[in-house]
Amino acid sequence: MTSATSSTRKRGRFSWRRVPGYAFLSLFALFSIFPLFFMVVSATNTTKDVLASRLLPGTHLVENFRSLFGAQDVGAAMLSSALIAVGTTVLALAVCSVAGYGFEVYHSRGKDIVMAIIMLAMMIPFAAVMIPLFRLFADVGMVNSLFAVIIPAISTPLLILLFRQASRSFPHEIIEAARIDGLRELSIFIRIYAPTMKSTFAAAAVITFMTSWNNFLWPRVILLDNAVQTMPMLIANLTAGYVTDYGVLMLAVLLTSLPTIIVFLVLQRAFAQGITGAIK
Amino acid sequence: MATEAIVTGGKRRLRGSPRNPYQGRKRPWLHTQRRWNLTGWTFLIPAAALITLMSFVPMIQALFLSFQTGRGSRLTWADPFWLNFERMMGDEIFKLTVFNTFFYLIIQVPIMLVLAMILANLLNDPKLKFKAFWRTVIFLPCAVSLVSYSLVFRTLFATDGFVNDTFMALGLMDQPVNWLGGGWTARLVIIIGLLWRWTGYNMIFFLAALQNVDYSTLEAARVDGASSLKTFWFVTVPQLRPMIVLTAIMSINGTLQLFDESWSLTNGGPAYQSMSMSHYLYELSFLKNPNVGYGAAISYVILIMVAVLAFIQMKVGDKRD
Repeated sequence: MTSATSSTRKRGRFSWRRVPGYAFLSLFALFSIFPLFFMVVSATNTTKDVLASRLLPGTHLVENFRSLFGAQDVGAAMLSSALIAVGTTVLALAVCSVAGYGFEVYHSRGKDIVMAIIMLAMMIPFAAVMIPLFRLFADVGMVNSLFAVIIPAISTPLLILLFRQASRSFPHEIIEAARIDGLRELSIFIRIYAPTMKSTFAAAAVITFMTSWNNFLWPRVILLDNAVQTMPMLIANLTAGYVTDYGVLMLAVLLTSLPTIIVFLVLQRAFAQGITGAIK
Repeated sequence: MATEAIVTGGKRRLRGSPRNPYQGRKRPWLHTQRRWNLTGWTFLIPAAALITLMSFVPMIQALFLSFQTGRGSRLTWADPFWLNFERMMGDEIFKLTVFNTFFYLIIQVPIMLVLAMILANLLNDPKLKFKAFWRTVIFLPCAVSLVSYSLVFRTLFATDGFVNDTFMALGLMDQPVNWLGGGWTARLVIIIGLLWRWTGYNMIFFLAALQNVDYSTLEAARVDGASSLKTFWFVTVPQLRPMIVLTAIMSINGTLQLFDESWSLTNGGPAYQSMSMSHYLYELSFLKNPNVGYGAAISYVILIMVAVLAFIQMKVGDKRD
């Protein structure tokens, strides 16, 4: 009955049938945005105002900045985090895209078996390899080295799978045409495949950058020196003192979150396309 | 498309196998094929080697470690060799962390996946307004690091924090609740946090999968007079099954490895009441007086749990009706 009446109405006109959907979306959107709003607002307030649940922007931002930068080496932590995240993203994209392309374009039975084994690695929890990995990096003297954080994150089954699935929709005719034109195999990948798969690369970059920037457990294990600590490690230490200054804490949390939020907002359209392309 | 006809010779090929540009002449073709196969291998060797070195080799080393005992780096073979596993059976803290982790898993994962599916379904409606806005807002929590959001939730749920203030202002409570000071309330806060952080992430996967749902099946259900709820349950959900399995495996895997929230939000407290398995493992292996052998044994139990649950998921998901 409702569908009959609504179909006679003009498109875009108000319909009661849509109210629960919009209400649910609004509630969930509020739930999603509120903690972020609280974080931003609290960064500008004193710890007293934060605990008094003040939800208006305050005037304490500069003081919070001053006490945060006075107590912690935020610059060094930002630099470590940035070096790790950018390094991991560049290397992971290079290694995993080539591998995913290789699995799909030079498809053979042997490679299928290797792919299945790689997929098994997805089931290995990081906790299960953490202790031997620490011993391995300690043996080669790489404790406190940023490379020790980067190397285990370069090759991930998820990224290889993403690139393999995306390569399925890449027309093989183009590759063959390029071969006839005399292009070498690697140049086909770099000059023809990579430029057309921008959205897949964007999706992979967003995923890798975020995971790497936000990674906490492994950097905590392998980076023992505070001089090379990452932003998540820095903010986790802020609560370790006697009294937590919530204004300063929320400012530090905001600074830690900004890079990943910006990366996501800039690349979000390509990210959604890349994920959809890989799942199709 | 003239080259197309020349190159293929009109034959159908296996997916991915290259065409023979040499037509009748066999020898140079075999040569090229072998070369391409080799090129393919060189393309995937770096990735495969890194995964072997960073995942499979340590996994085997952890198995050996789990049969060793000792403090720090002085390790000897355990006697009897199942000593660590025997100790685990009597370790009340370990049992508590297993309970906590499975509590999070059983309560949070189903709620999250259902919410994510409903949200994805709402967002997939072609007539929905401000689609990009809803999608961005609901996904935004995923851009925030686990430690960051844990600290925000810790602030919100502090005894003199926002949640207590609001509930008291609304007259729902007479006095502030010490959320992070009680075992059950601390677990509840972790579950709310997990829902906040991961629902949007799973929604994106369902949204992508919904692009493949045949729109005509939804039309047909509507024409037959099915309510939107029934259409969702009987037409959409069965078509999403592979994605449900994938997201369930990812979520189970993630929850069993829960660490950051346990560390930053509740610090495992009060008295281990909200500590996750990974957090306990970290404490055993890297803090105070580390016992890596026992830690490795625990890590193997986590590995087996993940494997068993993933296997069950795949079996259930594979069932076709």
